[in-house]
Amino acid sequence: MSHDGRPALELDDVCAAYGPYRALFGVSFSVDKGAATALLGPNGAGKSTVARVVSGLLPASSGHVRVGGSDVTGKPPWAIARMGLSHVPEGRGVFDSLSVEENLVLSFRRRAGRRNLAASLERAYARFPLLAERRHHRAGTLSGGQQRLLSLAKVLVVPPGVLVADELSLGLAPGVVDDVYAALADVRASGTTLVVVEQQVDRALGLASSAVVLEHGSVAYFGPSSGARAVVAEVLERRSHPGVADRR
Amino acid sequence: MEQLLGFAVPGIPYGCAYAVFAVGLVLTYQTTGVFNFGYGAQAYASAFVFAWLVDDHAWPTWAAFVCAVAILGPVLGLVFDRFLFRRIPSANSTAKVVTGLSLLVGIPALLPVVFGNGNLVGVPSVVFNPGTVYFHLGADVPVNGTYLSAVLFTVAMLVVVVLLLRTTHLGLEMRAAAESSRLLELEGVDAPRVTATAWAVSGLMAGIAGVLLAPTEVTVQAQDYVTLMVAAIAAAACAALRSMPIAALFGVLIGVVSLTAQGYLPTSSFWYSAVLPAFPFIVLVGALLFVPGLRRLGQATDPLSSVDPPLPPPAARARGREIDRIVRTGFWVLLFAFVVSMLTWMPPAWETVLNQGMAYSVVFLSVTFLTGTAGQLSLAQATLAGIAAFTAGQLAVHLGLDFLAGAVLGALAASLVAGLLAVASLRLRGLGLALMTLAAALLFDVAVFPAQAVSGGTGGLALEPHWLPLGLLSANGHDYFLLAFLVLVACVGAVRLVQRGTTGRFLAAMRGSELGAAGVGVDLAWQRVLAFVLSGALAGLGGTLLAIQQTVIAPGEFNYQLSLAFVVIVVTTGVGTVEGAIQAGIGLVVLEQLLQYAPGRLQGLAFVVFALGALTYAAHPEGIVELEKRRWTERAERVLSRRHRTPAPAVTGRS
Ligand SMILES: Nc1ncnc2c1ncn2[C@@H]1O[C@H](COP(=O)(O)OP(=O)(O)OP(=O)(O)O)[C@@H](O)[C@H]1O
Ligand SMILES: [Mg+2]
Repeated sequence: MSHDGRPALELDDVCAAYGPYRALFGVSFSVDKGAATALLGPNGAGKSTVARVVSGLLPASSGHVRVGGSDVTGKPPWAIARMGLSHVPEGRGVFDSLSVEENLVLSFRRRAGRRNLAASLERAYARFPLLAERRHHRAGTLSGGQQRLLSLAKVLVVPPGVLVADELSLGLAPGVVDDVYAALADVRASGTTLVVVEQQVDRALGLASSAVVLEHGSVAYFGPSSGARAVVAEVLERRSHPGVADRR
Repeated sequence: MEQLLGFAVPGIPYGCAYAVFAVGLVLTYQTTGVFNFGYGAQAYASAFVFAWLVDDHAWPTWAAFVCAVAILGPVLGLVFDRFLFRRIPSANSTAKVVTGLSLLVGIPALLPVVFGNGNLVGVPSVVFNPGTVYFHLGADVPVNGTYLSAVLFTVAMLVVVVLLLRTTHLGLEMRAAAESSRLLELEGVDAPRVTATAWAVSGLMAGIAGVLLAPTEVTVQAQDYVTLMVAAIAAAACAALRSMPIAALFGVLIGVVSLTAQGYLPTSSFWYSAVLPAFPFIVLVGALLFVPGLRRLGQATDPLSSVDPPLPPPAARARGREIDRIVRTGFWVLLFAFVVSMLTWMPPAWETVLNQGMAYSVVFLSVTFLTGTAGQLSLAQATLAGIAAFTAGQLAVHLGLDFLAGAVLGALAASLVAGLLAVASLRLRGLGLALMTLAAALLFDVAVFPAQAVSGGTGGLALEPHWLPLGLLSANGHDYFLLAFLVLVACVGAVRLVQRGTTGRFLAAMRGSELGAAGVGVDLAWQRVLAFVLSGALAGLGGTLLAIQQTVIAPGEFNYQLSLAFVVIVVTTGVGTVEGAIQAGIGLVVLEQLLQYAPGRLQGLAFVVFALGALTYAAHPEGIVELEKRRWTERAERVLSRRHRTPAPAVTGRS
């Protein structure tokens, strides 16, 4: 992995809001090239919001986001995606009404080029034979786990510079989660920088070298993953016994 | 066989027109995610400008075609996208319906204002010579150029559109953008541009369809395009808004079956006069009841819609104490002044106008209640008003019943019909419900209201003075004013009571989220029927009031276009509150009266004003009048608090 000093992803004092409802309050952290970071925190802490701000779905109200050193604040999601950032959103991340193959084509055409389309499809089907079987079915008919694998097939075949994966394990059976994490490990091995949003702390920390813990839209911890577990426990503890100074 | 062909072949141009519009509707829905009620208006705009250039300004056909179709069509589509539909959150299906409706109401009213009221003659047919008979089907069924052009054009358009959508990469991106523009952006595709392209294509198709398939009648009239739209909507619904070839097939079938039946049925029969004209609407109702794909209409498809902030809360009720006192005092003073003025110095012309405004207010109350309180969209409120008025009228004719007693029975009849309508559409929501109520309104328009037994023909049913006590009819002044005032106050009171009671809370919960409401134990089906029944009664009372004021019950006063306009008007002034209805009622009649003083071509402008207002619905669902009121209240609050040197209350909060 090349280290030219600039982090692959950097957030600098980012605030964000949904209309009048503020969700992030000065979030800063960075992820080195090729590294994997776990983004942790209780429900509603703002993990998905960070992912959305990074991919441009939600514009930051102040602060800066940099991808590979260049400022992407205020750019539309498609422009950020073209700079090599891939965001697999929480929940459903595929087009229900399109077939499995159309979903893949949509992604490969832009990122692998028209020439390599057929080859990319072949590789995706070779890695996930199940998708090959279902290639002409509507993606909406796939199970939740299969849909996540479809999302990952896109990034596995044409690895992006940075992958932000939001709660890939949500609602999946443990066996399926193993499959998903095996695929994520493959993505990481291909040199992609990873940001993994996760509720299952152990899963994420097993993969990541550093961690960010969010609480009420602010960073409670940013550092090596070894120190994160204690902070997460602390934050969860505070949540179950809300103190006076807790509400913002 | 010969005879069958002879009847069926003339149906082909109609069927093709329906098919082309149906394909356009499905195309727009599949590529933009919007069911575009304004499609017919787009087609009409192109045809209107085309005819205007050719007839009034003697442009060569090709130049007019380039200008009116190749340029105006896509530009209109792009404008719709850029300034309207792009701003509507993907999950807000009511806003999409209302925006489409205001285009359908507004554009045909706007064109004569801009271009003047010419007598526009039909557009020349292309490729084949319309009058020439090219060959005969069977022994003696002539096939002329009109038929050939229609078939050729329909097939060509279907092929082009299906190829575009199913085989090109752009088509794939358009379909993806319709499902979730955001998800497509995450793939690195400039989704807003894809959607804009889809709107341009759709606008071009509308323009071509409008000009080439101008209804075979000689003049270009907005009415024809709206009728065309409804038949096309029926065909598109049969295809579940999904398959374009099926939509085209049903379009052709509707045209051909109508004309064939027209040939065989005796002209004096009930079937000919009532059922036949209603045929497309019967098909639409059937599709809505039985096509399973339509039940999902209006459900959000975008998995990323959770990025949008929630709808803003209804206009802030939290007025400060002091300002509340001022507003309340002001309200009572104004009300008193209004009543006194009406009874003393108000010129008779304006008294009549304001009387009518109060009758409209009662009808509009039914809209604010149903849409604002219960979150249901009905396009049949004028029809419900008409049902009550005709019931009261016929009861007076046949049983000699007092018209006021008849009004109560009529309101009951209207609420019964509304309840039935709600029961029939229990499985539909959003767009599906809007279409169902529209179909019902059209059914009554063509099959029930014009019937001899209901309205005594198109002229309408004149009210006899002896039907009413107190000489209410002859006065049209003070006596009527008192009656309308009492009814309005009673209705406002009733709506307030319901809103504050348990039912009101259930309805509000249902409006917020049907899923959430069901989760806390609200019986959705029952609440919905209840909301329709109550709003039917309100519309009915308003309808009879309107009838007394007009002294005649004419079918034209209660047609579906008025229902559409009602929704558009009320949404402009404020759909969330009782005041919204009164603002709408008074605003409509005052605006129309003021326009009386304006030049003739501006007569239709009232609807344009409201349509423009409704276009702001997407940004301000509480209505622009409400929005302004809230702003002024806040301003006044600031001034007051500065005077008292008390800090203004904080207004922000977290969800
Ligand atoms: N569309 C929205 N409109 C308004 N507020 C929102 C919206 N989406 C999220 N929020 C609020 O923003 C805050 C952060 O939400 P976010 O979804 O980022 O949390 P999260 O950490 O991803 O939680 P989870 O573990 O449940 O996914 C929460 O308080 C939430 O209520
Ligand atoms: Mg989340």
